[in-house]
Amino acid sequence: MSNPVIRGGLRLLNAFAASGLAEEYGVEDRAKELVSRATSLGIDLMGRVGRRPRDDSKPQGPKRRFDLTPTESQDLLRSTLRRFALEVLRPEAEKADVAMRPPADVLDMAADLGLTELFVPEEYGGAAEERSPVTTALIAEALGYGDMGLGAALLAPASVAHLVLDHGDEAQKEALCARLLGDGFVPAAAALLEPRIGFDPRKPKTKAKRDGGGYRLQGEKVMVPLGETAELFVVSAQLGGDARLFVVDRGLEGVEITPQPTMGLRAANLCKVELRGVRVGKDALLGAGLEAPTDHQRVVDLGRVAWGALAVGQCEAVLDYVKEYCNDRIAFGEPISHRQAVAFLVADIAIETEAMRLLVWRAAARAERGLPMTQHAHLAAVQCARYAPKIGTDGVQLLGGAGFVREHPVERWYRHLRAMGIMEGGLSA
Amino acid sequence: MIDLEIPRKLRPLAELAAAVADGYFRPISRKYDRAEHDYPKELDMLQAAFGGLQGKEQMQGAGAGASSKREPRDESEVVNGANMSTCLGITELSRGDVGLLLTMPGQGLGNAAIAAVADEDQRRRFGGKWAAMAITEPGAGSDSAAIRTTARRDGDEWVLNGEKIYVTCGQRADLIVVWASIDPGAGRAAIKSFVVEQGTPGMEIVRLDHKMGIRASDTAVIAFTDCRIPRKNLLGSEEIASASKGFAGVMRTFDNTRPMVAAMAVGVARAALERLAELLAEAGVKPRYGGSLHSGSQLGSELVRMEAELEASRLLMLEAAWMADNRKPNSVQASMSKAKAARVGNELTLRAVELAGAAGYGEDELLEKWARDSKILDIFEGTQQIQMLIIARRILGKRSSELK
Repeated sequence: MSNPVIRGGLRLLNAFAASGLAEEYGVEDRAKELVSRATSLGIDLMGRVGRRPRDDSKPQGPKRRFDLTPTESQDLLRSTLRRFALEVLRPEAEKADVAMRPPADVLDMAADLGLTELFVPEEYGGAAEERSPVTTALIAEALGYGDMGLGAALLAPASVAHLVLDHGDEAQKEALCARLLGDGFVPAAAALLEPRIGFDPRKPKTKAKRDGGGYRLQGEKVMVPLGETAELFVVSAQLGGDARLFVVDRGLEGVEITPQPTMGLRAANLCKVELRGVRVGKDALLGAGLEAPTDHQRVVDLGRVAWGALAVGQCEAVLDYVKEYCNDRIAFGEPISHRQAVAFLVADIAIETEAMRLLVWRAAARAERGLPMTQHAHLAAVQCARYAPKIGTDGVQLLGGAGFVREHPVERWYRHLRAMGIMEGGLSA
Repeated sequence: MIDLEIPRKLRPLAELAAAVADGYFRPISRKYDRAEHDYPKELDMLQAAFGGLQGKEQMQGAGAGASSKREPRDESEVVNGANMSTCLGITELSRGDVGLLLTMPGQGLGNAAIAAVADEDQRRRFGGKWAAMAITEPGAGSDSAAIRTTARRDGDEWVLNGEKIYVTCGQRADLIVVWASIDPGAGRAAIKSFVVEQGTPGMEIVRLDHKMGIRASDTAVIAFTDCRIPRKNLLGSEEIASASKGFAGVMRTFDNTRPMVAAMAVGVARAALERLAELLAEAGVKPRYGGSLHSGSQLGSELVRMEAELEASRLLMLEAAWMADNRKPNSVQASMSKAKAARVGNELTLRAVELAGAAGYGEDELLEKWARDSKILDIFEGTQQIQMLIIARRILGKRSSELK
């Protein structure tokens, strides 16, 4: 890890200093001066060595710095969607939770906003300057601030677009993006999760077998958003030894869809999708025209970024809600926020939400730069899966009885946030 | 543009610090843990090595990095400056040995205070000297506004009277920055900091404390009895300004130093986690990434959870340092990073002792030492509870009289 020359030198220096020889020979000051100059030179040299051998094969991007400032367009998108989340999603969320589907007019508004277009590059008919997992994370965060269940529903088609753009061949990108950007809100969803304890999203049990010119799919997917209305699904299945993605139209024979009531995220209309020997054509395999098979780890990693970002947004909503509630609620003659037992819990929500956000952003930014990110996405998911549910719990606790009744949204958020760490797949960044 | 990677230009510095940690600190780590109160003379030479960096505005030491030389040119420019590089260096050095880092000559917290408020003359007189910080008293710890040490003006001198405890490097430092009140009736606005040269008549090192951890660092009790210092040794203004102003200035030093303590906690925790991972790997346990979050061995999963906590702390620390470098108000983030990192540092090092079993508890390994060292990081520069108060007051919009 470190420069062996400097490391060896330091060992020597240590021995020399401890021996007291420098002192004994009266050369201590001289020795110190030498050491000072040597390290000064050393750091210059290391700096230069670090800079010099430029690899010309890699494009030199903009100057890289640690930076937490969104770009201007990201900032604009974020604030617009946050308003949409607050003014549209927040008031509709309770009804949608009861109805177990997103309200049609919310979907229309999302379509008017061009939500799916935001993620699709111009060359495929969208409005994105370029694809950016960071932008996706910021948008997911903004929507999650409104309601995580509705956020998951609204991002489902965009997630299909991400998967197609990441793993499809040119013809598929054109055809499928055109479909997803059709009139109004076009429901579509990724179907990756399977009903097994310890499910590894890289190893689906759903099987794809070659069948004539196409494939035959057999298996069961669960917690698929927008299941009752989705026009198409992207399904992960085992082909040979590899996990691959297939585009499956809802109308195909053998596709069976059953609503799947869950603890939370009910507005996302989560469904079970059974594939009973469903026959698809050969171009249903994403990346059929490409040589390299799908990098399925990336599917998993970016799914974690999207879910993590939604959860971060929802946790921030909890934070803002409990702040206001605890400042307004009077007990024993003063706001309950004047008690440390209450105030410190609020502070903890703030700390952990910020930490989760930074972990999610880092994974997203690494994906954007093309850096390895599996470990980073995993750590973000682990941290979010640990603290998002805790924040849901603390939110309810801080409201006391008011947290338990449905008059306040916090009990719904408690149920939503439990999904973090369970919902592998379904979304992508 | 959002990016959370360490920029290339700061890497050589972190690598040098890592080399010092491995090649210089670790070999003498146990020696000075056992020989409490012996001065680690190896550090003199190391200080000379770091002296070679001083002019490079990259690393200013544990405390003195407080005043960043490089400021953003305009609002849109983003800087990765002295606060970040100092925090990165501290993380690496603390991974080596935080006790030794704390007793590095010239790296005292008093240097941070001097750097923050000294005038030209003071910079010249005190520059290059090692300055300790004396705030805490037997009757005033977290409540630093309640200190009772006084400074009385007498002609061209200040006369100090009082007792200070928990003075890190109090015996070894050249200078002690002492908090004292110039008017005990005037509350915290009257609290000023004074520079006292080691050996000034009337200043006496009463004793050195024996401690649970960071034993390489001396912690002194200092008594001041009619201790006379020059009038111009007062840092900042002699005026008793509005209650908030003067004291707030002193408190602002913490916005820079708290992320540094967070960096220490991250470093110690990383040392423990890395060693634990090695020991577990020998036993066939490895962390796994990319698959299910809810399968795998219990120990392997725990290792990953610990790593996630560590990274969460590290990113909070980097955020607070980045904000300081870019002149963004960061009091809340500085406290958040310190609260989280110190808490995690303590939890992780203790858990590593447990999970490593007998090896973790015995002195053959350094794990038990790190678990002792890490505790102070959740106490000094504002305890966990003080950080939580600061954060809670700020985000709930409460005054200290409301949220006590």
